[in-house]
Amino acid sequence: MKKILIIGTHEPIVKTIARLIEKSGQFIAETAFDIAEAIQACKKHELCLILIGAGINKADEQRLAQFLKAHYPSIPVTRHYGGGSGLLCAEIYQALDILPQT
Amino acid sequence: MFVAYFLTYINSCKQLATYFCHIKTQEEKMAQSIIHKASSRGTADHGWLKSYHTFSFAGYYNPERINFGALRVLNDDFVTGGMGFGEHPHDNMEIISIPLEGDLQHKDSMGNMATIKTGEIQVMSAGTGIYHSEYNPNPEKPVKFLQIWLFPNKRNVTPRYDQQKIDDQTKNELVQILSPNSNDSGVWIYQDAWFSLGNFDAGISKTYKMHKEGNGAYIFLLEGNLEIDGKTIETRDGFGIWDTDKVEIKALNNSKFLLMEVPMQF
Repeated sequence: MKKILIIGTHEPIVKTIARLIEKSGQFIAETAFDIAEAIQACKKHELCLILIGAGINKADEQRLAQFLKAHYPSIPVTRHYGGGSGLLCAEIYQALDILPQT
Repeated sequence: MFVAYFLTYINSCKQLATYFCHIKTQEEKMAQSIIHKASSRGTADHGWLKSYHTFSFAGYYNPERINFGALRVLNDDFVTGGMGFGEHPHDNMEIISIPLEGDLQHKDSMGNMATIKTGEIQVMSAGTGIYHSEYNPNPEKPVKFLQIWLFPNKRNVTPRYDQQKIDDQTKNELVQILSPNSNDSGVWIYQDAWFSLGNFDAGISKTYKMHKEGNGAYIFLLEGNLEIDGKTIETRDGFGIWDTDKVEIKALNNSKFLLMEVPMQF
């Protein structure tokens, strides 16, 4: 099953997003609470998408973007808004350019 | 003689340049619009909650209907008496609730507890993260409300909450209920957006002027019939218009609507 990494500093929200992603039955969710953890997760897992949640500043976003460009250019990165509620599915489908499973 | 010819030539060049610039300006300013019919909205029916989604939300996904500029969510919700949304998180989103009928009780992780009534507007900047719940406190009476989410112009702000009364009685004028400025009418948010309510008698026409270049306007018709930019919309239809600095709105019969001016690029 494809893996999605969620990065954010608000632990309860990151865990909520992970729970919702796994509930879909289509993806496995991995979590990271800072950019160092995110880079380790990229090395450890074969990721299909990275969702950047709340609390990650621009400098860290750029650091991650540079790392991905150099090592994993095919992994799409998208900003997550809303804290795991109504927008999550659409953000994933849009980023991966797929349609929901029926 | 030569000088006269030369000046005429220069003048012609200027006129040509003005003409082509004018054409370009006209092209750039050619208004574009879209109608989202009420019947084309996504729906969710959980018994206690009936919701119509103008844009992709939860189980409704349509890649053609993701957002209108910074406007990402427009949900037309109906919650039965005594029911509601349990505690759930939000982050990095400007969340606006407008009750249309009934009351909504709000409780959040910042310690706010309030009841929003018809004729009020609530705003929450979710920023770095917030938990909240929303219930219909009246066991016998349903609540109908609009839930509107805008992408913020600043991520990771300190969460905030505000609630205000709005003037929903003034007729035949556009009444501002939201802006980016804390010292302006209505509530304020972290986005260059302005919301106005309209309650027009049949036959009334108004021109809405955009506050900011590059913004578009999305009109959600609560009841009645409007003619906008020469096109007719019906109750619960949405009409988006952009690449223009003004919008002509005419009520074909008594009409109530919400106009949301939002950045198209953000």
